[in-house]
Amino acid sequence: MFRFIVRRLLQLVPALFGLSVLLFIWLHKLPGGPESAILGERATPEMRAAIRENLGLDEPILVQYGRFMRRLIRLDLGTSISTKREVTTEFLERFPGTVELALTAMLIAVALGIPLGYLAARRRGRFLDHVSVAGSLIGVCVPVFFLAYVLKAIFAEHLHLFPSSGRQDPTINATRVTNFFVLDGLLTREWDAAADALWHLVLPGLALASIPLAVIVRITRASVLEVLGEDYIRTAEAKGLTERVVRNRHVLRNAMLPVSTTIGLLTGGLLSGAVLTETVFAFSGIGAFVADSISHRDYPVLMGFIMIIAVIFVLVNLIVDISYSLIDPRVRVR
Amino acid sequence: MSMTERARRKAEKLDRLGELAAARDDERGVSLWQEAFRRLRRNPAAIVGAVILGIFLVVAVLGPFFVPYGPTDTIGIREGLVKSGQGIIPGPSADHWLGFDHQGRDEFSRLVVGARQTLLVGVVSTLIGLAVGAVIGGVAGAAAGLGGRWGRWVDGILMRVIDMMLALPSLLLAVSIAALLGAGLDTVMIAVGLVSVPVFARLLRGSMIAQSNSDYVLAAISLGVRRSKVALSHVLPNSLAPVIVQATLTLATAIIEAAALSFLGLGNPDTAVPEWGVMLADAQPYLGIRPALAIYPAVAIIVTALGFTLLGEAMREALDPKLRK
Repeated sequence: MFRFIVRRLLQLVPALFGLSVLLFIWLHKLPGGPESAILGERATPEMRAAIRENLGLDEPILVQYGRFMRRLIRLDLGTSISTKREVTTEFLERFPGTVELALTAMLIAVALGIPLGYLAARRRGRFLDHVSVAGSLIGVCVPVFFLAYVLKAIFAEHLHLFPSSGRQDPTINATRVTNFFVLDGLLTREWDAAADALWHLVLPGLALASIPLAVIVRITRASVLEVLGEDYIRTAEAKGLTERVVRNRHVLRNAMLPVSTTIGLLTGGLLSGAVLTETVFAFSGIGAFVADSISHRDYPVLMGFIMIIAVIFVLVNLIVDISYSLIDPRVRVR
Repeated sequence: MSMTERARRKAEKLDRLGELAAARDDERGVSLWQEAFRRLRRNPAAIVGAVILGIFLVVAVLGPFFVPYGPTDTIGIREGLVKSGQGIIPGPSADHWLGFDHQGRDEFSRLVVGARQTLLVGVVSTLIGLAVGAVIGGVAGAAAGLGGRWGRWVDGILMRVIDMMLALPSLLLAVSIAALLGAGLDTVMIAVGLVSVPVFARLLRGSMIAQSNSDYVLAAISLGVRRSKVALSHVLPNSLAPVIVQATLTLATAIIEAAALSFLGLGNPDTAVPEWGVMLADAQPYLGIRPALAIYPAVAIIVTALGFTLLGEAMREALDPKLRK
């Protein structure tokens, strides 16, 4: 197992290298560099050239890439062109919000989706089955940002049950440790701060959870249905095992493999959805910042962001692969 | 036994054989697609999906010729009925079935004309994704299935590229393509299309590799048919079913993603052409006054996407060999 993890992490190195080369070339081919974003339309060519020189963009692309790599080895992602701050500082401030949001959404989707999918399969053709199949079909068809607005209008603005925007009530003077607001509250024992941050996560988390939830219900249902048709389930039931034992040890365990694969693949979509959800709820995560960086041609931010996303994606899928061998001992990771 | 008796029996036997052969011919005459279509017709979900899509197609193609008002005609403001600044946006009436939008334009007419735009964006972007994905997936699948060691090498490289595309969040990929090309309708179509490339590529590749292992491919290669011909005229046509199903499902996601891009302000800057995503985004400031302005286009998007999803899922079931009897 240890060797497997190390080898998978080592495979990340050439993949990241390839990705960085491709991205570097592509980003620098984008028409209108950062100087247009800074100066606007009417800048003289001299002003543009001065800014490009200042940012080191006048040098050959290979030199620029070499500088980027030298910094990257020291885990330095450079300085943001638009905010003039270290990219790593910006990320440490903004990434935790998005991660908290994505984790909340995934937690909701898994906690509701797997039981719902299981029950739908068990009661195939009955009311609950029809409702969850129809619900999951409609769920993938509702635009995330529309759902976010509906939730916000009903539960925040109309019923005042939840806050309508932000990550935490600004009047709470919370201590920051990791910038994961919920975790910070727990670490510093500021329980009200943790509860408030959690409260702010509910609505955006629900909106973001809609598509993963729909997908997980469908995959779980299909997978459980397939397992229920197997001989070993009939055997287990025939020898008089209780329904609970059959469900936990026989059905769910065997049905979880495709579900965990899907959870890994949903990560990318979750980050896309986070951009929209963060916009609606004015939630200060990474989403809006990166979207702005694209229009500002903020190369260091974009490079850094995509490299981190790639690492996250590989790590999530590594965890998924490890979970295979935990779910099904016949799958030996090599 | 007389000769005539024997002849009669033989004739009877031949007739019987002929009948059997005819019956078997009948069975053989049903192709994969005919069988799938037969099962599709019996599936209520498929019927609902097809009806939704039928209505959508008719509205998109013919609707714009029959709308009561021009989609850009600010008739409500001219007649003094709409004062968005003061929060006056009248709802449905006999003359204006769904009321006005914030610029005094007839909401119903805009919704109908917007259907055509939505259809255009959905179809074109799906075709872009399908074309690019099919080329990459087809080359990778043929190389991996039939190409030997070099083929596996080519396949490996292509799939790493596809994996990288999968790793990027689709919306950010779309946003960066939009940044590259500037906001506009073409941008939305290209961006949404390219996002679906990895899915098509992976599907076609997997399907082609599975087909490459079947007996008819072995037979064709043993007979000396060139591998490129085997790939193009034997393996490829037999591998297309899952890709076509995916295209139907992608039409649904394409419509939703296009709406998301319009929502982020990367859509068609020419507001003269109404589009559901833009209408939804435009309605946000007026949610407090008239939430229906957001609900109409949203319901239109959801129902259309649902139509494609229902039909696509039903097609997937109908073509699934595991369910075929």
